Amino acid sequence: MFQIRIHGRGGQGVVTAAEMLSVAAFREGRHSQAFPSFGSERTGAPVVAFCRIDEREIRLREPVMRPDALIIQDPTLLHQVEVFAGIVPDGFIVINTRRSFEELGVGDFVQGFHAERLCTLNATEMALRHVGRPVPNAALLAGFAAVTGRISLDSVIAAIRDKFAGKVAEANVAAAREAFEFVERQAEKRSHAQAN
Amino acid sequence: MLKQIEGSQAVAEAVALCRPEVICAYPISPQTHIVEALGRMVKSRALAPCEFINVESEFAAMSVAIGASAAGARTYTATASQGLLFMSEAVFNAAGLGLPIVMTVANRAIGAPINIWNDHTDAMSQRDCGWIQLFAETNQEALDLHIQAFRLGEELSLPVMVCMDGFILTHAYERVDIPPQEKVDAYLPRFEPRQVLDPAEPVSIGAMVGPEAFMEVRYLAHARQMRALELIPDWAEEFWRVFGRDTGGLMHTYRTEDADTVVVALGSVLGTVKDTVDELRDRGAKIGVLGITCFRPWPAAAVQRALLKAKRVVVLEKSLAVGLGGIVSTNVRTSYAGRPDSVHTVIAGLGGRAITRASLARVLGLAMEGELAPLEFLDLDMGAVERVLAREHELRRSGPLAEAVLREVGAVASRAG
Amino acid sequence: MAFQPIKFYQTGTFTVGNRLLPPETRSVQANMRRTNSLNSGHRACQGCGEALGARYAIDAAMSATANQLVAVNATGCLEVFSTPYPETSWQIPWIHSLFGNAAAVATGVAAALKVKNRKHVRVIAQGGDGGTTDIGFGCLSGMFERNDDVLYVCYDNEAYMNTGVQRSSATPPAARTATTMAVGSEPGNVFGQGKNLPAIAMAHEIPYVATATIADLRDLEYKVKRAMEIRGARYLHIFVSCPLGWGHESELSIRIARLAQETGLFPVFEAKRGEVTGVSKIRRQKPVEDYLRPQKRFAHLFAPSPHVETIAAIQAIADRNIRRYGLLDGAAA
Repeated sequence: MFQIRIHGRGGQGVVTAAEMLSVAAFREGRHSQAFPSFGSERTGAPVVAFCRIDEREIRLREPVMRPDALIIQDPTLLHQVEVFAGIVPDGFIVINTRRSFEELGVGDFVQGFHAERLCTLNATEMALRHVGRPVPNAALLAGFAAVTGRISLDSVIAAIRDKFAGKVAEANVAAAREAFEFVERQAEKRSHAQAN
Repeated sequence: MLKQIEGSQAVAEAVALCRPEVICAYPISPQTHIVEALGRMVKSRALAPCEFINVESEFAAMSVAIGASAAGARTYTATASQGLLFMSEAVFNAAGLGLPIVMTVANRAIGAPINIWNDHTDAMSQRDCGWIQLFAETNQEALDLHIQAFRLGEELSLPVMVCMDGFILTHAYERVDIPPQEKVDAYLPRFEPRQVLDPAEPVSIGAMVGPEAFMEVRYLAHARQMRALELIPDWAEEFWRVFGRDTGGLMHTYRTEDADTVVVALGSVLGTVKDTVDELRDRGAKIGVLGITCFRPWPAAAVQRALLKAKRVVVLEKSLAVGLGGIVSTNVRTSYAGRPDSVHTVIAGLGGRAITRASLARVLGLAMEGELAPLEFLDLDMGAVERVLAREHELRRSGPLAEAVLREVGAVASRAG
Repeated sequence: MAFQPIKFYQTGTFTVGNRLLPPETRSVQANMRRTNSLNSGHRACQGCGEALGARYAIDAAMSATANQLVAVNATGCLEVFSTPYPETSWQIPWIHSLFGNAAAVATGVAAALKVKNRKHVRVIAQGGDGGTTDIGFGCLSGMFERNDDVLYVCYDNEAYMNTGVQRSSATPPAARTATTMAVGSEPGNVFGQGKNLPAIAMAHEIPYVATATIADLRDLEYKVKRAMEIRGARYLHIFVSCPLGWGHESELSIRIARLAQETGLFPVFEAKRGEVTGVSKIRRQKPVEDYLRPQKRFAHLFAPSPHVETIAAIQAIADRNIRRYGLLDGAAA
């Protein structure tokens, strides 16, 4: 079972992100489950959503306590909420930011993680350019797909088109593609740097 | 057809397949997505002929349902928590009149203090009203149970409540198989009412009944529910033949054949319980699970059979009989042939508190070592409780209880885990 | 032969029909083939205004709908005295659910008939003042607001009679009830409270609102017939005397109802979409005392000494109604 926890604030599409991720996994023939943490919903309030993916039926209903991957849609949460609680040592962390882990003040924390499993991308900026609104979820899902390799970009795109329609869908798809390529390029740069 | 959709959406699609003729709805979290989806279907005429009525309260919702059902229409509504209580008079009335209304209850806690999250207090508050009560473990079972509910209710002339955990099921995306219309039509024939308001054959429905006949009328209501105990397994079997799924029925057992300890529960928590039981089994424990699907009528004989070999029973319930202890466990005890004190009550998940494998493993471990208290509140912050009680002891004007507790637990918005 | 219009004049309990008139202009009650929807054998008190009003109204509705009618009844005197288990005096399809939900149940019945393409079958919801103005108010307003195809008939005897004459929001000022006793400095029900249901119905701008009394059969029948020609939410408020609750002789039920109209205390009118379209003029205005004296529920206003100011205040209410609704010839509506 692969468990993902998504952090953000109300209005940023955190719940939608989890839902789309589950749909993407479904399209690949896997079982998946997505649900929000059930806190008060207000625009701007911290929100958490969960997604589980497995090859067999998922029976577990508890919140994701030990995520294999974290997607953090809003870096202002980093020092407000315990976003990293329970993350497994070889986990993936994707953060929506134009800064680096060090600049965000979590450089020490992520020291023990595999570098190729850490990812920052400016999903909000990509969303603004393509969609015209600061909704980073589609781009972040694509970034997640790229860094984890657990889900294909095609599945993410299908899930986006499932959730949205027309121009909005295509704009989100464009943001997703850009994010995917960005993360892949970063991975290449890193492996070249390591090779040298 | 397989789909990855929200539980509410799945239920709405299942209800629509049952060709309801009148749907009435009053919004309350967490059922709103169900009736919104149905409303959209009616308005776009994807579901027709059907009248969708926006009513002014839950009391009105059940009342409109009563009128529609009495006039011969297949009728559906949905509610939760406070709404179920608000319509309580009409809920009893519908059962007493013998009207086969189907209602989804998206289980949610009841205030005060106000709480929008899941537990079973709402359904339990109506457990003796004469409605059939079915509890879904998954979204697949939730949608299947609605199809079975219409069939069951119309055959017995009794209303049926399909309970599904609010938010945990209603707002969860998971894989479901939506059956095709032809199969549902084959399983669920046209509604042929036992009584109907029709100028061609006038009848008076709802007369006053005095001491000379009331006992007989109530006995018959009980007898009808008892008849359901025979019919429910039959229709679950027919459902399996038509749809190929083992959904519904009175209960499901999991690894109970050689179990010394059996955990009994209702609803979605069964999934987490099964995962926990698998872990405990891996460590050599002889433990199994009894999931009760039909809570009313209470399947006494079936429960007794399922618990025959159990040396101890742990009833894990999301409900509380204030002043007594467990509700489900009290029912279970009546059907357990062993010593009554071998039935333990674990109250968990009230007001939506997460039930985790870790906590379950701990409490089941205690049970298997014979160290579990008769009545246990899972993950209770006893320290906070004691501090609140101490303050109340000192101060007459101790203030609202809810605030005092929130202050003690230092409630922070959206803490993960 | 010259055409001579015959004016109708009803006094006391004389004359339910007139054999000089062509059959189609006679009252429904005058017709031997009336449906007797509320049949004899019910257990109402002698002189019960509600039993009379219900029979008038439902028979008129049956006549207007070719006998295609379903009735939904709130809990109350009418429901209780008409269906003493195992008997029923209803000759029509009839359902009683709860006290406060007659309007909502009727909405459901109407919806079912519509979805089954049986819209020729019409729906009446009926209840007393308690079940309408108080506990049934929410459901009534909902039915009005949605413009559901239901005629709601309220039989107003100005208190919760079936439970022992307790005050409702329809109880008039100064009236004695079991919960507004004739003691203290302001005996009986207080001034400054109460609901005007016809006005509230009008505020919902539903297609048809009317008031009537059991003293004017033809007016009542006409209004029911008129209501049944219209689709949508309709409201008929019928003033019905209660010999037991009001403390008057049982043979005075119709006369007292007429006095309520002739004093101006109970305005009789029709309204469409929130605007009054017609009133029953008062032929000979009577002082409110004529109405109050025969009823023991107002006895404390006269003995041991007359409460002149209270009676004047009640007269002021009557005068205001007359002015407001234009109930006297020469007075503008």
